[in-house]
Amino acid sequence: MAQITLENVTKTFGAVTAVDRVSLTIAEGELVALLGPSGCGKTTTLRLIAGLEIPDSGRIFIGDREVTRLPPRERDVAMVFQDYALYPHMNLMDNIGYPLKVRGVPREELRQRVQEVARRLQIGDLLDRRPSQISGGQQQRASVARAVVHEAQAFLFDEPLSNLDAKLRLEARAFLKHLQHTEGVTAAYVTHDQAEAMALADRIVVMNHGKIMQIGTPLDVYRNPQNTFVAAFIGNPPMNLLPCHLDMAQGVLVVAANQAPLDLGLLRERIRVALKDGDSLTLGVRPENITLGAEPGPAAIPGKIYVTQPLGGETLVNVEVGDQLVSVRIFTEELPPLPEQVWLTLDLARTFLYGPDGERIV
Amino acid sequence: MNRYESPLARVGIVLFTMLAASFFALPLLWLATAPFDARVNLTVHIPAELTLDNFRAVFQNSFAVRALLVNNLIIAGGAMLTVATVATLASYGLSRTRIPGRDILVYVLILFSSVVGGTAAMVPLFLLAYHLGLVDTHIGVILVMSGGLLPSAIFIMRDFVDTIPRSYEEAALVFGASPLHIFRDIAFPLVRPGVAVVAIWAFVNAWGAFLIPVVLLRSPHNMPASVALYSFYSEAGTPVHTLVAAYAFLYTIPVLVLYLIVNWRFGFRFFGGIKR
Ligand SMILES: Nc1ncnc2c1ncn2[C@@H]1O[C@H](COP(=O)(O)OP(=O)(O)OP(=O)(O)O)[C@@H](O)[C@H]1O
Ligand SMILES: [Mg+2]
Repeated sequence: MAQITLENVTKTFGAVTAVDRVSLTIAEGELVALLGPSGCGKTTTLRLIAGLEIPDSGRIFIGDREVTRLPPRERDVAMVFQDYALYPHMNLMDNIGYPLKVRGVPREELRQRVQEVARRLQIGDLLDRRPSQISGGQQQRASVARAVVHEAQAFLFDEPLSNLDAKLRLEARAFLKHLQHTEGVTAAYVTHDQAEAMALADRIVVMNHGKIMQIGTPLDVYRNPQNTFVAAFIGNPPMNLLPCHLDMAQGVLVVAANQAPLDLGLLRERIRVALKDGDSLTLGVRPENITLGAEPGPAAIPGKIYVTQPLGGETLVNVEVGDQLVSVRIFTEELPPLPEQVWLTLDLARTFLYGPDGERIV
Repeated sequence: MNRYESPLARVGIVLFTMLAASFFALPLLWLATAPFDARVNLTVHIPAELTLDNFRAVFQNSFAVRALLVNNLIIAGGAMLTVATVATLASYGLSRTRIPGRDILVYVLILFSSVVGGTAAMVPLFLLAYHLGLVDTHIGVILVMSGGLLPSAIFIMRDFVDTIPRSYEEAALVFGASPLHIFRDIAFPLVRPGVAVVAIWAFVNAWGAFLIPVVLLRSPHNMPASVALYSFYSEAGTPVHTLVAAYAFLYTIPVLVLYLIVNWRFGFRFFGGIKR
């Protein structure tokens, strides 16, 4: 296994910049998830690493070897495709053994190695079947088995679980994580499912419009979103983002939705950049960091209960603040009765402030 | 069918269908019975006297036998090989590369194919073959035939190639396969039904060709069966029905056999598309 490094890599298709100055290092034995909305350039990044696309500029390294312009077969990476790309005219033995066959491994050794890997992935008794004769989950394993047999420097996964139903997906996720740990593989893993990224990855790369918005451990990305994009993308339900502006004279933030003043309090010390009166900012607070009460307070803004959604162990309350809906998450099984008019108290220690450009300032 | 149709209308439809069907069926019936008949005219009837004499007589004609068993096989086989090979490679390339204006190119080719294969281009084609020293050679006929058939063949093949997901090839690329490996192990096996369709189609077309061989060939011993058929005409220019029938019967057999083989192997009906 080897580390993967991208240095300022850019790839355009006509007018579309699919990957925009991406720099990234995936350490040896690390699984990094590429996460982002559809069309943000995740697959293209992966294909650039695999050599299926050649970057317009920038450099790519696998181990300490520059591979920027090398064809795929000289890069020594294994890939698991979204549609698995198992060959319909070959049985699983030939499919999984294909990387060995093109390398000219003798038939007998090929059989042994395929059988060994297939047994480990629990598809050992399906080897004489064709892909159309096995289930989706088994196809997924076969596709992983083919990658494992290849014994490459790094693994690339392009949404390998998206074709599975919800239950199988959980199983396959656990299985992939286990495999990654036991084999200690370096892997780039594309997904648009944040739960999958959180569960699997050592680090998450959040992308948008071809750019990296943030790189960090799952917890880091969740706890410290660096910009409004990441804040709104990570979390379910996502972070509440309230446009507001600064009123220096009063020392308050005025929430745009209902003009409610909010005492800066704790936030004041945490602001590390110069701000002007009237700067339009965005306040970010997660649903679980808001409490609901009947009484006003300095860090509270008024709102009207819109709807409550009991979810078992917790309750999701949507509150109307001006014309904006704010979600509040309350971890009780039974919600105490609330008046229709409530006060939302923000936990200022866990509240974020984003500047006019969407970058975090608190 | 409409439930309220009157019985009379239905009888009418059936009669009309029968009439139309017999119009096409009669010549085929004639072809099936006449060769075994000692006395042939242009009507279809059950032979009064079954015989194989007609075939014996045909096999006396060494010029016609050579045309059928040697020349036709060379021309049709050669066109089949050329068309299948070139169409497969070309359609693969056309389907897999990003060339600007690719689709227009293909349509223009199709358009030109009717010109190249057709009567209009016979003179320039003859001159071309003449200057290349290909007049009176089978190679010349094969090349001209193939040139005419290729555009449509490429068009048909590209449909097959387009249905193969790119990820198949990309997976192979990532796992270390060379382009040759990919073509041999993955692309070709997957487009084989398409290759079969195109090959048979080319064979049948070249097998029945008349105009191009007649223009490009000179010596009798190079002529294909479609031309040799005329050796069963009397000096007065009227056909000897018994011999023409027997020879035509032999002439159709390879096409029938090919059709049956492909139908059995890949299950396609001629020009009816492919069962998947
Ligand atoms: N071969 C191509 N030709 C032209 N444009 C392309 C090509 N491949 C990708 N793009 C464009 O580049 C952008 C990024 O595409 P990419 O496939 O990397 O997105 P993605 O993040 O994987 O999205 P998804 O989650 O939908 O798979 C998109 O706008 C896409 O339309
Ligand atoms: Mg994608």
